[in-house]
Amino acid sequence: MKISVMLEQLSSGMLVSVEIFLLTLLFSLPLGLLVTFGRRSKNRILSSAVKFYIAIMRGTPLMLQLIVVYFAPFYVFGLTINGFRFPAIIIAFSINYAAYFAEIYRGGIEAIPKGQYEAAQVLGYNRVQTFFRIIFPQVIRIILPSVTNETITLVKDTSLAFVLAQAEMFTIAKQIAAKEASVGPLMVAGVFYFVFNYVVAFIMERIEKKLNYY
Amino acid sequence: MDNNTLLEIRNMRKSFGEKEVLKDISLTVERGEVVSIIGPSGSGKSTALRCATLLERMDGGSLIYEGHVAASDESGTITYADKQQLKKIRNYFGLVFQSFNLFPHYSVLKNITEPVVLSGRADKAEAAKWAVSLLRRLGLEDKADAYPGSLSGGQKQRVSIARALAMQPDVLFFDEPTSALDPELTGEVLRVIKTLATDHMTMVIVTHEMKFAREVSDRIIFMEHGVIHSQGTPEELFNSNDERLNAFIGKLESV
Ligand SMILES: Nc1ncnc2c1ncn2[C@@H]1O[C@H](COP(=O)(O)OP(=O)(O)OP(=O)(O)O)[C@@H](O)[C@H]1O
Ligand SMILES: [Mg+2]
Repeated sequence: MKISVMLEQLSSGMLVSVEIFLLTLLFSLPLGLLVTFGRRSKNRILSSAVKFYIAIMRGTPLMLQLIVVYFAPFYVFGLTINGFRFPAIIIAFSINYAAYFAEIYRGGIEAIPKGQYEAAQVLGYNRVQTFFRIIFPQVIRIILPSVTNETITLVKDTSLAFVLAQAEMFTIAKQIAAKEASVGPLMVAGVFYFVFNYVVAFIMERIEKKLNYY
Repeated sequence: MDNNTLLEIRNMRKSFGEKEVLKDISLTVERGEVVSIIGPSGSGKSTALRCATLLERMDGGSLIYEGHVAASDESGTITYADKQQLKKIRNYFGLVFQSFNLFPHYSVLKNITEPVVLSGRADKAEAAKWAVSLLRRLGLEDKADAYPGSLSGGQKQRVSIARALAMQPDVLFFDEPTSALDPELTGEVLRVIKTLATDHMTMVIVTHEMKFAREVSDRIIFMEHGVIHSQGTPEELFNSNDERLNAFIGKLESV
């Protein structure tokens, strides 16, 4: 196989990997915040349920979760699952990462001194204003290094989509490698993940610098 | 109660678990009055202030700002006013914390203007004008664009006073405003509070600074074990024969 053909095939896989990455972040970051609210809720039932969900998400392999989400509609509802592969991957990744982000948010929120809430209350801020204007901006700065870590893990985790035979970077590299009996494609894949992460780290560093204004 | 009464606290009680921190506090503050609260550590001074500023729920008693009832136990159990009414009542007071509690991610200017704008007291431009003139009055005119993290403790506390004043409160509470400061920085903050007293700002000040309390107060309240042990003008208290009071004042003055 010519190098150019191989690269062309791999590049379509790259695109899918990047898509999984971006969509997962898009959904899991806000979802994680909702999960934190549930976890911190005064409603015991809600907070216990959310705690259980977080434990499951963090305590079982993402690979297994991918399989469960993909096959659940069939086994539970008897639905056929044509075209569900990509959505299943995004759902599984999003609910998994939301659990991790939720715990990161929670740590950040708990690090904000009580005095910030009290000052806001005395100055007439309502609860929503207090959270989004006073607390959350400070939380973001605190948690950014942890979020960067998770994000870098996510780049590498996108390769787990191979279990559902999704044609992302790693799946394609493996196929070509098997067919051509060469490790070349896997090396290219390795370089791809490395460069991808390099870019992610660079962007996160820029954001961290920007938030370091105070 | 005469119609100059701004704050009326009747039989305020508060416990934390088993521990009864406030036993029966009754206190009125007149418009323009400067009241200092002194007393040993753990006597309940902060708790009383926190109940008066709605940061803590009292277990019994009444809390009334200029006739507006925030909480009352006339019916036997304590009931607080509804959210709307409490919001209105919050406009009556400001609170200056020992630990400043400035918003670190906001500039000094925004710390002062945002609450003003959110509460609808003024638009952004007007709030900025107030803020700048307040900062000038407190000797901080060059700090508007600074972030709290870059200020000294004394400057932080003056900013937090400016932030409270910008809300135009009827009464300003202080909880040991200089206790977190190095001794050489307390002067600049106490001077600001003295200026406010000269301008007849109504203030309730918890403090360990006896000399300051004596100079600035119209009335001093001595708290011990969750009750008001004695109160009076500075002259009355500092010339009192009361043993416990003298022991407390003597201990602080000798430091
Ligand atoms: N949130 C709380 N939970 C439990 N106990 C509390 C709480 N806040 C205060 N206390 C207790 O109530 C008592 C009175 O505390 P408070 O802070 O009102 O005293 P203070 O007179 O302000 O003392 P200091 O001069 O040290 O500031 C103390 O014994 C304190 O431990
Ligand atoms: Mg105190």
